[in-house]
Amino acid sequence: MANNSYNELTYNGLWKNNVALVQVLGLCPLLAVTTTTVNGIGLGIATTLTLVLSNVTVSLIRHSVRPEIRIPVFVLIIASFVTAIELAMNAFFYDLYKILGIFIPLIVTNCAILGRAEAFASKNAVVPSFIDGLMMGAGFSAILVLLGAIRELLGQGTLFAQAHLMFGEAAEWMTITVIDDYSGFLLAVLPPGAFIGLGLLIALKNVLDQRAQKRVAQTTVETNTDNAVTTTG
Amino acid sequence: MAVKHMLTTSLLLGVFAITGTSMVALTFDNTEVRIADNEYQALLQSLNTLVPPSSHDNDIANDTVEVISRELLGSKKPHTVYLARLKDIPIAAVITTIAPDGYNGAIKLLVAIRYDGTISGVRVLNHRETPGLGDSIDIIRSDWVTSFDNHSLQNPEGLGWRVKKDGGIFDQFTGATVTPRAVVKAVHNALLYFGQYKDELFKTTDEAHTATQVTTDGQ
Repeated sequence: MANNSYNELTYNGLWKNNVALVQVLGLCPLLAVTTTTVNGIGLGIATTLTLVLSNVTVSLIRHSVRPEIRIPVFVLIIASFVTAIELAMNAFFYDLYKILGIFIPLIVTNCAILGRAEAFASKNAVVPSFIDGLMMGAGFSAILVLLGAIRELLGQGTLFAQAHLMFGEAAEWMTITVIDDYSGFLLAVLPPGAFIGLGLLIALKNVLDQRAQKRVAQTTVETNTDNAVTTTG
Repeated sequence: MAVKHMLTTSLLLGVFAITGTSMVALTFDNTEVRIADNEYQALLQSLNTLVPPSSHDNDIANDTVEVISRELLGSKKPHTVYLARLKDIPIAAVITTIAPDGYNGAIKLLVAIRYDGTISGVRVLNHRETPGLGDSIDIIRSDWVTSFDNHSLQNPEGLGWRVKKDGGIFDQFTGATVTPRAVVKAVHNALLYFGQYKDELFKTTDEAHTATQVTTDGQ
């Protein structure tokens, strides 16, 4: 049974209740940062780390926090972790920090993190909360990287440009120039490109879901009306 | 009972606040030196690309003066000037200056000027210009900023310090004139400032002047 629920948490985080595609949370960093693949990876790792740490901590203290102060306590925990991560990033990945710098503090305002703390971690044990944080973070990161790759490819004709900022000089080979002498497609790099790209990804997910549903409907006569819950924030 | 409940609740909140703050303080304590070192190295690296390290023997990143000139340096805040000397003889000055009239606000620049008044190099520190258009001022995107190298107030004279569209000698980019126009003007102003005050800038040697705080970025 336990195994089953972990599978479900994974499925929820990565696909069914994906932070970026279904809950549509954390748009500000999502849209602002994803101009390149490497930026997406960087913010993805930082967000996932925050989600895991805050979920585990909130789950650990869930019995000792009074309901009336739970929100300030959650915010405090998240803000502390984010600040610590920001400092660590400034110390160890200075060049990447210079690019992502202003978006790292914004992780605090990513409602997905507070949302998971309140909706999941405050009601569940440590291990499921850990899995939930990890999978929600992974789902969010996947979209960050995917959107970053699409925008970088269309905007600059490269993939993994400036990978050395993150993985050191040895990773310079990772940069792939897909299209030589590409003059760039400005719209993809600008914020509207981010909105359009995210919209297309959401549409793609819906199409895939509908197809999967149709297949289920064909085998079992009973139709499945499992609507995804959409919240905004 | 209600009071007691309130007290324990606020106490609990206080405990969490203290724990969170301690964690941040601890991290800060452990990373402070490394962060300062990173910033110093980054500054030194950009100074070294503008003024070859072999041409001077002083600690250029710490041999600084703070200057204020609203008309010529683009803001009323103090600007740091890094000084390069060889055996106390002035070699070059690196002026942090601002082009206040970029397309998306201020553009922060480093302008390195040799003592004879020729430009040793220009770099953009910080800007918010349109990606794909105005951001060609950034050395990562294009080598446009190197077109200033070796020019001076006499080369070209006066009106030549404009973009080609305005009758000068410097290229604008396709689709973006505002950005290069702002940068050309700021570099020209930095040259004017240097021409006017260069002796005062280097005067501070006798006082063994070293600035304690080096600011690389003042967003």
